[in-house]
Amino acid sequence: MLEIKNLHVDLEEEEKTILKGVELTVDAGKVHAIMGPNGSGKSTLSYVLAGRDGYEVTQGSATLDGVDILDMEPEERAAEGLFLAFQYPVEIPGVGNMTFMRTAVNAQRKAKGLDEMSATDFLKLIREKAKELKMDSDMLKRPVNVGFSGGEKKRNEILQMAMLEPKMCILDETDSGLDVDAMKLVADGVNALRQEGRGFLVITHYQRLLDHIKPDVVHIMSNGRIIKTGGPELALEVEKNGYADLIEEVA
Amino acid sequence: MALPQVKQDATEARLAATDRPAKGAAWAETARDAALSRVRSMGLPHRRDEYWKFTTPDSLVQPDAPAAAVHVSDETNTFDEVERLHIVFVDGVFDASASDELALEGVNIERLADAVSTDIHWAKDVYGVLELRGQDPVARPLAALNTALASDGVVIHVTGKASKPINLVYHHTSDTSDAILHHVIKLDQGADLTVLENGPAAARFNKVMEVDVADGATFHHVRTQGRDHERRAVTHLFARLGEESTFKSFTLTANGALTRNECVVELTGDNAAAHVAGACVGDGDFLHDDTVFITHDAVNCESRQVFKKVLRNGARGVFQGKILVKPGAQKTDGYQISQSLLLDGDSEFDAKPELEIYADDVACSHGSTTGAIDEDGLFYLRARGVPEDIATNLMTLAFLAEAVEEIEDESLRNIIVSRLEGWLDRRLG
Repeated sequence: MLEIKNLHVDLEEEEKTILKGVELTVDAGKVHAIMGPNGSGKSTLSYVLAGRDGYEVTQGSATLDGVDILDMEPEERAAEGLFLAFQYPVEIPGVGNMTFMRTAVNAQRKAKGLDEMSATDFLKLIREKAKELKMDSDMLKRPVNVGFSGGEKKRNEILQMAMLEPKMCILDETDSGLDVDAMKLVADGVNALRQEGRGFLVITHYQRLLDHIKPDVVHIMSNGRIIKTGGPELALEVEKNGYADLIEEVA
Repeated sequence: MALPQVKQDATEARLAATDRPAKGAAWAETARDAALSRVRSMGLPHRRDEYWKFTTPDSLVQPDAPAAAVHVSDETNTFDEVERLHIVFVDGVFDASASDELALEGVNIERLADAVSTDIHWAKDVYGVLELRGQDPVARPLAALNTALASDGVVIHVTGKASKPINLVYHHTSDTSDAILHHVIKLDQGADLTVLENGPAAARFNKVMEVDVADGATFHHVRTQGRDHERRAVTHLFARLGEESTFKSFTLTANGALTRNECVVELTGDNAAAHVAGACVGDGDFLHDDTVFITHDAVNCESRQVFKKVLRNGARGVFQGKILVKPGAQKTDGYQISQSLLLDGDSEFDAKPELEIYADDVACSHGSTTGAIDEDGLFYLRARGVPEDIATNLMTLAFLAEAVEEIEDESLRNIIVSRLEGWLDRRLG
């Protein structure tokens, strides 16, 4: 599904290479986790895939179901089925959460040649999904993420994911800033979306999120590369021994 | 001090270009004469005047109106869906056949020409009077010119609660029309009126509205200045507020080569409130200037100035806003914010916020910001599949929301929002 080959990425503003040949394939129906120390390039990878400005791809490719996404605008990637759950969801004062989501859902439907969803159908759907995430209707009315707690912001990300039904979901440090209860709620939301045909790439610093979202494959990233790939036991190894041993071992 | 020759010449040339209106009653002729000598002693604005530092007044001052093509639009009038009494002016001339009958419960409406030919008329105490009060400490010569030369307009006396809003509609049909309108509105104690204004009016438009708000009266004003690209306008809104009265004015502007909206409010009675707000979207060869002067001369009054501008493709925005708190105007609560969103590097916003306070127990704040669109927010919206232009519109609307929310009436606010959405969807084309 998602295929990343020999991806090299520089920061545009400064002469700095962040990704140095990332190789990664996520198959449909699988959950892959990327773990790694701070500054290893995990978040950069998620931003580059989503199409954020400020990065320059110098080599390599990234395709989604065989379609090259790196030359696409962010909205085109989204319409192709790529979704990034942000580490720091952005606050947008003045734009209502509901307006935002309805605009997004309908923009994606339009891009796929579908009719817009009626206001009634939309309302019914979003209320149902919000309820599953224990989000009250007040959160839907408020401006996007404004005044939301850390947990509410992350739940709002998962709600968007549930509404947009992407085929490839990237979760960037979704556990950061969450207490145990909130993490469980978010993980339940993600697990509910696990299904055949949908891939997940879960970026995390700690193993604890992976207790709740069980990965099929775990990758360790360091210094802009995937240095080791294994099963769920790899995450436990990191939890126990830290990254230093692994990095040393590979070096 | 004698005027510089260049200013004197420009002033005389302008005065010579417009005929003096038909002779009215003695009081009206006195008011016009006085205004004429004010114009001559102040001289019309010049680009080197401090008050016109950011907005070149030449096109407003030159003898004839610069030509402005009439903008052809399929848009309906802004307030068509509102149950209102509408009064139509075409290129600055009252159009009786297009207007409703000038009759409204709780309100007496006359044409200016009729009022000024009546020997004894209440308008004597307002016409040119509030304009004159607004000439100090800053000269507003184009308003005095209006008082001296206006031959049309409406004179409205509100004795109770008006049963519906009055909508002044200004059509522009001639490329060279040079319109001068002067409206006078007097609200008796406890009276209540909403005035709506829309339309581009003329190739060049000089409008004065004087509003005398008695104790406990309420005046709401909502206007749109439409997408007529080449029109020019200078408008003055002078208001005097009595005790516990309320004055709220909101303006939405899109395009127009030049717009200078001055609003001069004097809070003369205790516990009065004045809110002045504006939202504007400018694209291309466009200059919009909001100049506001609010004087607190009573105790425990509140004033708000909220102005937001979105500019692109070389559009320019100006804000000059002042809060003057006179000695003794204790417990004043004054607030002023002016912000611009520049969608590209070619656009420009100049702001001159001022506070002048002579009382010691007041709370006044002001702020002004200029910024680009929030790239993080834009990326966030796009990452969810919202195309860049729609995302920009959403963020633009969100930016303008604080000003639009100053409109108290929900249905009017919704009309303004949908008008704004329509303009943004058309990319102001």
